[in-house]
Amino acid sequence: MQTTMTSLIEINKLNLYYGSFHALKNVSMRIPEKAITAFIGPSGCGKSTLLRTLNRMNDMIPGTRIEGEISISGTDIYSGSVDVETLRKKVGMVFQQPNPFPKSIYDNIAYGPRLHGIRDRKTLDEIVETSLRSAVLWEEVKDYLKRSAFSLSGGQQQRLCIARALAVNPDILLMDEATSALDPISTLKIEELVQELKNRYTIVMVTHNMHQAARVSNQTVFFLNGEVVEYDETEKLFSNPSDQRTEDYISGRFG
Amino acid sequence: MSNVNANLNMKTNVNKSKEEPTVGAKSIFVDANRKQIATRRRIDWLLRLLFLVATSIGVLALMALLIDIVSNGIARVQPELFNNFPSRRASEAGMKSAIVGSLYMLAIMAPLSFLLGVGAAIYLEEYAKKNRLTRIIQLNISTLAGVPSIVYGILGLTLFVRELHLGRSLLSGAFTMTLLVLPIIIVSAQEAIRAVPKARRDASFALGATKWQTVSRSVLPSSISGILTGVILAMSRAIGETAPLVMIGALTFVAFLPNGPMDSFTVMPIQIYNWVSRPQASFQELAAAGIIVLLVTLLIMNFSAILLRNKYNKHI
Ligand SMILES: Nc1ncnc2c1ncn2[C@@H]1O[C@H](COP(=O)(O)OP(=O)(O)OP(=O)(O)O)[C@@H](O)[C@H]1O
Ligand SMILES: [Mg+2]
Repeated sequence: MQTTMTSLIEINKLNLYYGSFHALKNVSMRIPEKAITAFIGPSGCGKSTLLRTLNRMNDMIPGTRIEGEISISGTDIYSGSVDVETLRKKVGMVFQQPNPFPKSIYDNIAYGPRLHGIRDRKTLDEIVETSLRSAVLWEEVKDYLKRSAFSLSGGQQQRLCIARALAVNPDILLMDEATSALDPISTLKIEELVQELKNRYTIVMVTHNMHQAARVSNQTVFFLNGEVVEYDETEKLFSNPSDQRTEDYISGRFG
Repeated sequence: MSNVNANLNMKTNVNKSKEEPTVGAKSIFVDANRKQIATRRRIDWLLRLLFLVATSIGVLALMALLIDIVSNGIARVQPELFNNFPSRRASEAGMKSAIVGSLYMLAIMAPLSFLLGVGAAIYLEEYAKKNRLTRIIQLNISTLAGVPSIVYGILGLTLFVRELHLGRSLLSGAFTMTLLVLPIIIVSAQEAIRAVPKARRDASFALGATKWQTVSRSVLPSSISGILTGVILAMSRAIGETAPLVMIGALTFVAFLPNGPMDSFTVMPIQIYNWVSRPQASFQELAAAGIIVLLVTLLIMNFSAILLRNKYNKHI
């Protein structure tokens, strides 16, 4: 199924348990570099769980146990030698609800770089500008950088969160239903933005909106009850799915 | 009272007449319902009256007290009250040493209890595993917040005055008061920290922050006004406390300012207590003046706590 693209993330026989609950079952896949991969599937099938294994946000949930292997550019991210903070710097994340800090727009973007030791005012200024430009927010906020991030609209806040994630210079961007709390116009803006970003970043997005997956992504993975049912080129998966369950789901027969 | 009564009755009548057309057809149920409703209304009205009386008793008693104190003491709230040391002659007596004593104590107690209390709260909320031991510690802290202050006095006397040989000093007093307010500060700081949304921590962690970076750059800035509110309220409680300090032996007559933390001292409520216990009317006036000063101090502290809380509510 893989094309000529090189894969950046390789997931091998991954099993994840929340206590005794088996949330991910024998998941294997290769996620290509500089492309958009969409996770779809009914609620509770494990999309967010898998996404959170990629930046190890699950580590913080007590009782989580993981088996199998995930490697990013050839390094097993669960091996002892990997430092979680460095991993998360390389694998950024945008959440369902926009979650800016109660700080100024500037300080929101500068939060990440400052964590990693950047203090120099000029460097920070540059990072803030490039990140905001990358998130197509610069023109709207350049005169109000000192204003509270809460003064922005929901869609702007979400683009701010994207800019904040980009500011630490990640390779991968994880987006968990990043547009589900937004109005259609803001959603469209973010979809356009994501199209733009895929030239520079590897993007993995969870979405409940099948049209969005079809519109935006290059690869689509369909999950059911913690298992990967089908993983293919988006066009192929939506036009000619090889599994009956996929067909049922995308044609809206369940989920 | 009878006016309120009439009003309530009127309201009941209005409601009744409104109900009739809608349920008119089902006659049996309507009768049963109407009876029930009437009983409920009566209970409602009785309780309302009861609560009004309860509130009035509280407010009136407080008003009477305030009026009595202000009318007695306001004439003595003069510069001499702040500039003079206590004296056997009421006309010359002031509470300088008590005010300074209270301030010194605050100066030691505030940073100490802030650091210890907020530190403990951060540990319990952010670092401690949620296991049995933590739950036991938590239960203990909540219980300690309700222990009578005299018990802290006894503890302070044994631990600081005797065992650690700090004597009947300002330091012993400040340490004892720190112990007294710690549980209050810990509990309120925990609440403030817990109120920070998880999404805000996630945002920080997802950018590669360590635990401490997340706590210090995201959680604490989001909760600091809530934490400070708790600290100020705890301080205002400590400023008014007498029993534990009497227990560890704060003096009731101090005609000098403490030179250092090892000096003996007095505080405002003890000075007031001293004046109240004198038979002469002029000392009673002084006591009333002292109470006014103390009350104003407490009002200012509580008011600033409210201001902070409002600011904090806006943030979340
Ligand atoms: N912290 C947790 N502890 C225990 N079980 C969990 C936890 N988080 C998720 N689960 C369970 O794991 C399963 C997968 O959850 P997950 O959040 O990954 O689903 P999802 O596909 O993202 O769903 P949605 O589309 O509703 O966001 C669900 O059955 C859920 O109940
Ligand atoms: Mg989810």
